[in-house]
Amino acid sequence: MDWPAIVLSLELAAATVALLVPAGLALARVLAWRRFAGRRVLEAALALPLVLPPTVLGFYLLIAFGGDSPLGRAFAAVTGHTLAFSFAGLLVASLIVNLPFAIQPMQRAFEAIPDDVRAAAACCGMSPWRIFTRIELPLAWPGVLSAAVLTFAHTLGEFGVVLMVGGSIPGETKTVSIAIYDRMQAFDYAGASLLAAVLLACSLAAIAVAYSTSRPRDGLRG
Amino acid sequence: MGDAAPAGLAVRLVQRRGIPLDVTLACAPGETLALVGPSGSGKTTILRCIAGLRRAAEGRIDCAGETWFDAAAGVDVSPQRRAAGFVFQSYALFPHLSALDNVACALTHRPPAERATRARELLARVHLTGLEARKPAHLSGGQQQRVAVARALARDPKVLLLDEPFSAVDRVTRQRLYRELADLRHTLALPIVLVTHDLDEAALLADRMTILHRGRTLQTGAPYDVMTRPADALVARLVDLRNVFEGRVVALPGGARGIAWGAYALEARVPGAFADGDRVCWAIPVSGVLLHRRDRPSRGERENPIAGIVAECTELGEHTTVTMRVAGTGGLLWLRVPTHVARRNGIAAGCAVRVSLLADSLHVMPWQDLARDALAA
Repeated sequence: MDWPAIVLSLELAAATVALLVPAGLALARVLAWRRFAGRRVLEAALALPLVLPPTVLGFYLLIAFGGDSPLGRAFAAVTGHTLAFSFAGLLVASLIVNLPFAIQPMQRAFEAIPDDVRAAAACCGMSPWRIFTRIELPLAWPGVLSAAVLTFAHTLGEFGVVLMVGGSIPGETKTVSIAIYDRMQAFDYAGASLLAAVLLACSLAAIAVAYSTSRPRDGLRG
Repeated sequence: MGDAAPAGLAVRLVQRRGIPLDVTLACAPGETLALVGPSGSGKTTILRCIAGLRRAAEGRIDCAGETWFDAAAGVDVSPQRRAAGFVFQSYALFPHLSALDNVACALTHRPPAERATRARELLARVHLTGLEARKPAHLSGGQQQRVAVARALARDPKVLLLDEPFSAVDRVTRQRLYRELADLRHTLALPIVLVTHDLDEAALLADRMTILHRGRTLQTGAPYDVMTRPADALVARLVDLRNVFEGRVVALPGGARGIAWGAYALEARVPGAFADGDRVCWAIPVSGVLLHRRDRPSRGERENPIAGIVAECTELGEHTTVTMRVAGTGGLLWLRVPTHVARRNGIAAGCAVRVSLLADSLHVMPWQDLARDALAA
């Protein structure tokens, strides 16, 4: 069993969820309720990773992360190493790739909260923060959970972008998906099938959680 | 504005763009004011402005001695700090919280130790004892409405705002909720503003009602007065007074004044503001139109007798609605008679009928072009 690859994949997925879900929550809430110029364009841009071929996205990210780009130079100046082919670069790529998986379920969840319910909360004298924690978040919770699960599972399985941006450096950028590919290349079917089984189990668990939380909760109809 | 007691609610809203508003309202503590108008007349918008959920371009809202909104002075108190109890049309209960917690949410101005007790008291007041732990989805429509009322009262509000609170329940439940609200409002020393499109509901529950049309307050008064003595032909149409006609003020033999309508000279109480010869509109509620019995003429038949031919006769349960074409006027007069009376008198389309228009019910209004599109449905 390729434990370093499994640990790396889990770390990457956990870090992506930990960073993307809170940030995506704020953005999803804005997209659900605010009407501003460019909102549709922003929504389209956020959905782009769904349809863009991973290799194309990976290619552009690699260019953006490279030592010749402003981002790459800035990162190198601060940390002393390049963004491309590093765990940090992989994480940034993972955050971008997962934007639609994180934001869309949460946006739908916030959109499903009736305007009158929020207005009623304000009329009850609840402060905006209290409305968020007591009313909005509990009502949007299934969407938040879906976002976390989808992001986690999708990060575990991402291949194309990871290969383009990270290469296959053991312990640094070699995730389970890449490891499976490497095993296949080396005709190690036993190793590949073991790792594949691990990902299959993770995916099934994620789908189970996502489906069990996305059922309409009692009360949301009322 | 000045005519409202400082303890009550006084509202003046003006807006030209977006949803047009030209609103003047006053509601004293303990008084129930009904805002009545067709869909899109701005009823809900006004309520939301009072609660602070919307902002009008110009105007001022005072309640209980506090200024909640004053466009000129830049005052706009947040909904959280306006003590306004709001019952939404959809009730807008928090679906994930129990009835008790829904009410407790509006008690944050009280010490935490008191909240549960106070929430129970309020639920008891709306007859929901025993259902405190239920979530909204497990309550009936009527019970949900009661939770919404309890939650609105939990704030210790300075004004109670009810947005069509009976529209989502069945008829039987509605009758019961009417009685409960009628009882409740006598125990509250608050201005209550009730939005409804139902004139009967307004007449039943409100002390006064204001007729709204396209964001403008047209007339305010006791429901019966507004419905029988509308300020003009537009209000008459909005309160479903169908018998509105044009006429002219004339002197009647004997010195009194009346209304010339085609070949008829009708007895009426013509206000002094109208001079002889003035063109006017006049209206008469269906309650002021009496059908003459064919078999047995009576004394009342000397009062403004009118003859015509039945144009249409529609049986609607216990009552039958009859429209008659009045000879020599071109007018279509509506009347409503008990169905058994219509049958006994053999009333059907095409037959000749005679009616009396009660002089006291005949209401004279300023002239308005009845064909104008503002008056057309």
